[in-house]
Amino acid sequence: MYSPGAATDLQRRLATLSSPVRLVFFTQTFGCDTCLPARQAADRIAALSERVTVEEHNLVLDHEQVAEYGVEWAPALAVVGTQDVGMRYYGIPDGYEIESLVDAIEIAGGGGPALSDETLDALDALDRDVHLRVFVTPT
Amino acid sequence: MTASVIEATSFPDLAQRYQVTGVPKTVVGDGVEIMGALPEADFVAQVLQAGA
Repeated sequence: MYSPGAATDLQRRLATLSSPVRLVFFTQTFGCDTCLPARQAADRIAALSERVTVEEHNLVLDHEQVAEYGVEWAPALAVVGTQDVGMRYYGIPDGYEIESLVDAIEIAGGGGPALSDETLDALDALDRDVHLRVFVTPT
Repeated sequence: MTASVIEATSFPDLAQRYQVTGVPKTVVGDGVEIMGALPEADFVAQVLQAGA
């Protein structure tokens, strides 16, 4: 549960979404102790905005969706707005990491990345796909 | 460019594979490793180095 202040702050940020955002959640039935708490965390965030919804798929059974979203492990969340720009969160979005997920939701919901023009220009010059894996802990 | 956040305590095997001894740690592709939170310009420079 969030404190009332934290919930209000997240609610205020999510109120600025200009388009709907889907949290596409991948679970697996066996051998995933973190899947249920991760789903509950996604539900808590979705409860704060009518524009955020959660849909669930099974990593083992739902081959089509696993391929579509390129998900490798469970629990996973694909953060998808009008386009899927490739933002994924693996694990339980808890503690300070809720901020990371809400940042991703804001970007997916039309907020755009808050990057400098220099950064955007530099990234435009990239001539191949680059994947970033950012390891975090829920402190 | 795509990005995954991986919560290391849920995925100890991945943390071991990518030798995560502190967070945040960013692995660009399967090569360059960025430790800690860098200023944006420095972070981009490292990402571009990996993409070169």
